[in-house]
Amino acid sequence: MKQFLRVAWIVMRKDLTVEVRSREILYTTVFFAASCVLVFAFALVREGRPMEDAAAGILWIAIAFAGTLALGRTFERERQTETLRALMLAPSDRPAIYVGKLLGILILLGVVELVLVPMVGLLFNAPFGASPLWLVVLLAAGTLGFASVGTLFAAMLVRARSRDVLLPVLLYPITIPIIIAGVRGTVALLQAVPDEPMARFWIALLVFFDAVFVTLALWTFEPLMTE
Amino acid sequence: MTFDFDRLVVDDVSRNFGRRRALTRVSLTCHAGEIVGLLGPNGAGKSTLLAILSTLLAASSGEIHYGSATARAIGPALRARLGLLGHDLYLYPELTARENLEFFARLYGCPNVPAVVGDALGRAGLRDRADDLVSGFSRGMRQRLALERALLHGPRLLLLDEPFTGLDDASGQALVARLRDLRQDGRIVLVATHDLDLAEGLFDRVAVLREGRLLLVDNSSASLRERYREAVAAARR
Repeated sequence: MKQFLRVAWIVMRKDLTVEVRSREILYTTVFFAASCVLVFAFALVREGRPMEDAAAGILWIAIAFAGTLALGRTFERERQTETLRALMLAPSDRPAIYVGKLLGILILLGVVELVLVPMVGLLFNAPFGASPLWLVVLLAAGTLGFASVGTLFAAMLVRARSRDVLLPVLLYPITIPIIIAGVRGTVALLQAVPDEPMARFWIALLVFFDAVFVTLALWTFEPLMTE
Repeated sequence: MTFDFDRLVVDDVSRNFGRRRALTRVSLTCHAGEIVGLLGPNGAGKSTLLAILSTLLAASSGEIHYGSATARAIGPALRARLGLLGHDLYLYPELTARENLEFFARLYGCPNVPAVVGDALGRAGLRDRADDLVSGFSRGMRQRLALERALLHGPRLLLLDEPFTGLDDASGQALVARLRDLRQDGRIVLVATHDLDLAEGLFDRVAVLREGRLLLVDNSSASLRERYREAVAAARR
């Protein structure tokens, strides 16, 4: 277990070093997510009054789109240099590589969300600060579920010719329950009086999805990655 | 768990990609302290065989024995004894030479990483460029760095796919000398190459592949080019 976590940590640290140096994925995803929110704000906010519950939907759409972009680019980097093969040659359990890549994606999406949440709050008059702790837990659980499936699919498709098309086609139908749970949980937290019991229900559902998806991904990563 | 072996046995290995058969019933045995040359035209199946030996690719049929055990029986510990230098060099261009080697040394669990990496940089002749990004390196410099990356953890079986690509004469000769040292050290080295001039006199045995079939395994003293031509001509007849 110690060896597993050590390898995951090394891979995550490498991914973050590469990203800090190039900032390619961070800038692209933040710019894309921010543009997405801005366009929706022009469409859905009239005279300073947003459409009811729009903020929650826009937040999760932006996270899903930015996440797909980040997943594709992270693995495209490994494909261009074929370094994913070198990672697969490491003398450790291959799922440790998966966990390392997943942690890197989670941190990246966490940074994107740090920009997105205040932006959506500002443009859609959404009181995200009403239950900050539950909001963080909800975002963390939803992002983990989305990224756990996405990391597996992005790694699996790395050598597919039409990977850019296939990734969203495979990813969105499977992660729709996560996005819906995220949206409903966020709506509950954005009520005039935050509906925390309802938010806790959706968080519990997200944690269940996370457990299922992470377990399945850890179980299938090695056979899927051995060509 | 540590694992070691002194023999590599490829037993009746085939590999299909869809309908295309990339390798057909290849059998070959290599021993510790031996350099075996894998020759053959483009598409002969050399890289496929190396990928199967490195555990990156599964054989469609047949078995590979590392010593007396198969890859499945040994598990991840086998990969600690394998080194692969692919046609793509498996280096991160956004990292420096030192960071690349440190990353892989840690990944392989090498003890005393700074010393191991320092030695590797010295052997690659890149000590003065250690903190430069790999994206600024020439193909030859990358090739030397990639070879050291493959050797960081002291693998028993070294698999090299076109290792002479991009090397100037001096670097090519240095690589030949390095491979001879590794043979002396008891490693099993398999080299797939088209560079018959640089490889002349290097191989203990030569295996010639064509269209996925093993045409010849020999240790004659004739020139490499002659042996290769004869094998390919015999296959055409």
